[in-house]
Amino acid sequence: MTKRCVLSVMIVFLICSFPVPVRVFAAAYDTIQVSNPFLNKTPVALPAFKALTGRPAETDLGANAHQILENGLAFTGYLKQINPNAFLADPAQTGIRMSDIDFKDWTGIGAELLITGGVEEKDGQVKLELRLFDTFNTQLLKGKVYTGEPSQIRRMIHLFCAEVSHALTGKWGVFASKLAFVSTVDGNKEIFVSDFDGHNPTRITRDNSIALSPAWSSDGRSLAYVSYAGGKPDIYIRHLARDRVTVIDRDGMNITPAWMPGKDTLAAALSFSGNQEIYLLTRQGEMIKKVTSSWGINVSPQFSPDGGKLAFVSNRSGSPQVYIKDLGTGDVNRVTFQGSYNTSPAWSPDGKKLAYVGIEKNRIDIYLIQLDRGPGMPVQLTRGQGDNEDPSWSPDGNLIVFTSTREGQGPALFMMTAAGTDQRRLMKMPGRQTQPRWSGPVTNAE
Amino acid sequence: MNRKLGFYVLMAVLVAGLFLTASCAKKTVVSDATTIEDQAKTAADAAAEAEAARKAEQERIRQQELQEEAARKEGTVQARTRFLNQHIHFEFDSAQLTDTARALLREKADWLKANSGTGIVIEGHCDERGTTEYNLALGERRAAAAKQYLQDLGIGAYRMTTVSYGEERPLDPGQNEAAYSKNRRAQFVLK
Repeated sequence: MTKRCVLSVMIVFLICSFPVPVRVFAAAYDTIQVSNPFLNKTPVALPAFKALTGRPAETDLGANAHQILENGLAFTGYLKQINPNAFLADPAQTGIRMSDIDFKDWTGIGAELLITGGVEEKDGQVKLELRLFDTFNTQLLKGKVYTGEPSQIRRMIHLFCAEVSHALTGKWGVFASKLAFVSTVDGNKEIFVSDFDGHNPTRITRDNSIALSPAWSSDGRSLAYVSYAGGKPDIYIRHLARDRVTVIDRDGMNITPAWMPGKDTLAAALSFSGNQEIYLLTRQGEMIKKVTSSWGINVSPQFSPDGGKLAFVSNRSGSPQVYIKDLGTGDVNRVTFQGSYNTSPAWSPDGKKLAYVGIEKNRIDIYLIQLDRGPGMPVQLTRGQGDNEDPSWSPDGNLIVFTSTREGQGPALFMMTAAGTDQRRLMKMPGRQTQPRWSGPVTNAE
Repeated sequence: MNRKLGFYVLMAVLVAGLFLTASCAKKTVVSDATTIEDQAKTAADAAAEAEAARKAEQERIRQQELQEEAARKEGTVQARTRFLNQHIHFEFDSAQLTDTARALLREKADWLKANSGTGIVIEGHCDERGTTEYNLALGERRAAAAKQYLQDLGIGAYRMTTVSYGEERPLDPGQNEAAYSKNRRAQFVLK
């Protein structure tokens, strides 16, 4: 098993380390293989933006917008940005419209896609013109104009990134999504919410105790989490905009909340009975039904995207392993068999894969199993770089955010593609960050 | 020079001799005086002396009692300190009580019986290996195992509550087995 894993990781590594060869682009873009697009990334050229009326302010705003575009497109996972040193043309000088562009300049350096941008600044208002071209088919795939305050440039660029994602894959991508995570403040764990890329972190709890396990409701408007504000672990359900809080504080512990997709229903592990079992609860904390009945530990429920199944962790076999319960038939199946410690299941948005945390030889790493192909070998996504925990999928299923100690100064948030490639630190902020949770699928970026 | 030295030596010998003679004479006198006093002792004096001896004995007993009391107090403090600072330790991913853990819990049960008015919180803790959520559950099972054993030894359940801190409150922040084994514990706090 290990050998095969090493081999596959090596293949991924080899393919990713060499430049993708120029290939003739024939098919339409909506056929990009999202299940594993990371081995064959599409090369895109992102030349500097044009100052449309030539004011210096436009050049500065353009540079800022261009930087946000580069960072944003890295969150698709399937685009490879071509080094600007290779560019043969400069649309900032020659023009950003279709008629201004000689596409041979771009196909010649292997760019299959080209994005041009222009900035106009007038009376404190910014106008952004953005275009996505298919260079081999000399075709405008998407053109958009955005107007607003300079402070809204980030938002405008991310709206365009969503358009790019939609034009290429039919999905809006991650650009309107949010992250919730835990960060220490003066040594106490508190819940934070940020943009999908870790920008604009906002503190949600001020309990000065221990806050854990944030969970997004499907609509992204509510967070459930665990806090010791009352002296023991209880579940708090907070409507973010209205700042309204409901507490589930039965006897014993009330932990690991998860929302049923599209519903105001939660699953959580409660121990009021003397044993730790998983229950379905209403948003007000009223009991709907008991899901597990097994002496021992039952925690960390995660609904399948269709809401029909529940993955969870149980030690009923003597060690922590991941199980899936079909909520319709009641059948329970164990899905992890390698090693004696597998926890923290995270369902991919298409419901076909499960990422989880496994401990092998005292190393904590993230693994992936394919659920639609029967029991198979797990794929190891992280290896040999600190302890790696808490996987959570991006709403488009292309990326996984996780916690890693690889940089030595306590755990921090990292990101990788769903194939385990392009692992990099997401953001830097004071304290120790853990338990990132990506908000649910985004249906419309408009 | 030599003559002068000879003079000093002579003087020294003379002075020394004088002292010796004098002390001999005085000794004789003191000895006589004692004899006279002894002869002068009366029955009343003897009674007073017995009273003094009794008082001294009383004082000695009182002192001894104070010492014993202090020792007892110190013992109580020591027992309390030991109750709070001796933690029950566990194996990795286990909430099973080891023989050592059971012995320590029997000692704690004795203390709880001797201090019947005291209520306690049993905290369950884990090492940092393993995952946050599973460790919350494991910590609760450790605290519950300690509580159940104390209950079996006759300590009323109403005196004990449990809370799990999972891996959130390590005693030793080190990342080695020595630290991990210290952190896998049930810890006792007075209510």
